[in-house]
Amino acid sequence: MSRDPDHDARPDLALRVEALESLLAEKGFLDPAHVDAIVHRYEEDVGPLNGARVVARAWVDPAYRARLLADGTAAIAELGFGGPQGEYMVVLENTPKVHNVVVCTLCSCYPWPVLGLPPAWYKSPAYRSRIVREPRAVLREMGLELPPEVEVRVWDSSSEVRYMVLPERPVGSEKLAEDELRALVTRDAMIGVAKAAAPGAAGRG
Amino acid sequence: MNGIHDMGGMHGFGAVRLEADEPVFHERWEARVFGMSALAGFRLGGNIDARRHALERLDPVSYLKDGYYGRWLARLEQTLLERGVLAPGELEARVAGGGAPAAPLPSLPQGGPLESRPPRSEAKSAEPSEGRQLPTPPPHPFLRPVDRASRFAVGDRVRTRNYQPPGHTRLTGYARSRRGVVARVYPACVFPDTNAHFRGEQPQHVYAVRFEARELWGESAEPGSCVHLDCFEPYLEPDPGA
Repeated sequence: MSRDPDHDARPDLALRVEALESLLAEKGFLDPAHVDAIVHRYEEDVGPLNGARVVARAWVDPAYRARLLADGTAAIAELGFGGPQGEYMVVLENTPKVHNVVVCTLCSCYPWPVLGLPPAWYKSPAYRSRIVREPRAVLREMGLELPPEVEVRVWDSSSEVRYMVLPERPVGSEKLAEDELRALVTRDAMIGVAKAAAPGAAGRG
Repeated sequence: MNGIHDMGGMHGFGAVRLEADEPVFHERWEARVFGMSALAGFRLGGNIDARRHALERLDPVSYLKDGYYGRWLARLEQTLLERGVLAPGELEARVAGGGAPAAPLPSLPQGGPLESRPPRSEAKSAEPSEGRQLPTPPPHPFLRPVDRASRFAVGDRVRTRNYQPPGHTRLTGYARSRRGVVARVYPACVFPDTNAHFRGEQPQHVYAVRFEARELWGESAEPGSCVHLDCFEPYLEPDPGA
């Protein structure tokens, strides 16, 4: 497709949405300050830094890791995270033998409380259509080459269960403290399309 | 429904396009649509399954052309029209420069199936801090205890039904009539297939079912991979070949 609606500017829609909001405000249906508050929450407060705290804690605290894998919702709530699109959380552990990756082929379900709102690629027809059929090829295109002996498990979020990947702790991070480890945990690693960043390397996403 | 939204396994959409340092919203209108949709869900009720189904019912060309928040905008406009918050043509007149301020609504739209239960999920995030009168919320947004035992257990071999309802379902097209193994058993949950159509919550047990890639994709399957799909119990039957 020549045009990508999730990346290209849409001045027509900007005008239309402005008109819609002004009408709804005049009607008393909504208060633009409430729209501001919601937007601010998802731009500033709810994002993958939350998930990174969960992962870093699991890396340094075996008891927490066990609780996280047994009951994701409760263990994530211990760190203060929960709410819409995270009310039943399941955490999938990546190992040297198993690599998990998450998608929602039917819409774009995503664990908002720990990862924020999904990136455009996660919502794209390309990702939704292909990751179930050819996960190794898609991951390779995204920069993750998995050896043939690693089993790839794709999780299609077709119920209200929300999945988050617990990536492997990177080699060389053994001496890092929990707050330093958080910086290695990228959004993409928690979706399963990347590994956690190596110490000293900037991770994508 | 066999719609354009059911994308798993389709060919032809090209490469996944990554973007460095992607913002949460690419344009302000996307952010406004997100916020307004959350507030509308809170004000008008309904349920998340019906809202998902509303996206599925957009015409397929628009579904692809409008992108994610463009679809949310189309759904928001449609809902506001259906509920009488907007009059037909009112938004177009405003876009064209119609200057008269709109009169305040005499009251929130009332009645109809959309009021049958309190908002679930994303609508709750939208609750303004000063609050409005909400019905008593259910104990959980979607988990519902049921009396009957789950029909399947971890390790059971199952087959999905060839289930093709014209309405909402969460059984993907690529996984119909496919054999798999129950990998996880989840608590019973509101059944989207009925709830989306306001035919009741009819809670069902939910299972993560593991399907080997070859079972789904045949000769073209990548080796060493599988797909787990969350399946509501009515989607499943015992594998007759097991």
